[in-house]
Amino acid sequence: MDGPAAIAASAVIFSGSAQFALVAVAPQAGAGAAVTAALLLNARYLPMGLDAAPSLTGSAGQRLLQSQLLIDESWAVARRSDGRLDREALLVTGGLFYLAWVAGTAVGVLGTGLVEDPQRFGLDVAYPVTFLALLWPQVGSGDGCGAALAGGAIALALTPWTPPGVPLLAAALGALVGRRPR
Amino acid sequence: MTATSTWIMITATALGTAALRAAGPALLDGRQPSNRVRRVLDRLAPALLAALIVVNIAVTDRRLTVDARLAGLAIAALALWLRLPLLLVILGAILTTAVVRII
Repeated sequence: MDGPAAIAASAVIFSGSAQFALVAVAPQAGAGAAVTAALLLNARYLPMGLDAAPSLTGSAGQRLLQSQLLIDESWAVARRSDGRLDREALLVTGGLFYLAWVAGTAVGVLGTGLVEDPQRFGLDVAYPVTFLALLWPQVGSGDGCGAALAGGAIALALTPWTPPGVPLLAAALGALVGRRPR
Repeated sequence: MTATSTWIMITATALGTAALRAAGPALLDGRQPSNRVRRVLDRLAPALLAALIVVNIAVTDRRLTVDARLAGLAIAALALWLRLPLLLVILGAILTTAVVRII
């Protein structure tokens, strides 16, 4: 994928995991397999969108527009202590990430080869650790604990056997684990 | 791979991703879900967050791996347990991961 295509992909797809999947899969397996892998990865937006839906407001069109700012980070950061999503936080975080994502891709295209591997500095743990910090209070509250354990276990168990994306999607089934309402 | 197929691939992924993002709100269509559904939806967050942590910490190229990232996560868990501020939690994890990688 050349520079302009990479920047365009960031602008219209706005999903790191899907874009990395395209780049990784397309050269060996072709465009069809690459799109399948990318959409499988993004299938997690279905349960995340169901989770976010009650927090979005406005007309149907406005809500669908707002849903396009749904990414792992905005969805996670917008979570309030009561478990629902803060709409403002979701839109502001999603919007900022969008600008940073497109600008960052452009910088990356221009500066290819200038930056050393960011993994060397341990920066790659910043996101999962943030996810852990967000998960922490929900696990303490009791009902979220079973779902978290189930989701994590499903992802662990499926990772070696399924294409990337399936473990994340299947982990949503962990939400069925929890106390029955009294 | 030709330039045309690259652009078709990008367009298809963009449309599919937009549809997946819109599907949840479109399905619920402004209604508030029942309490039972609500309870399951509330548990989607912990389930998916745990899975996101697993695939970002313990997976390399579809293989389960134990490496420096796990040490960073452990330090983060300790820092959270000690109720340290989020910034310290993240910096501690980054530093730990970097140091373990050097060793």
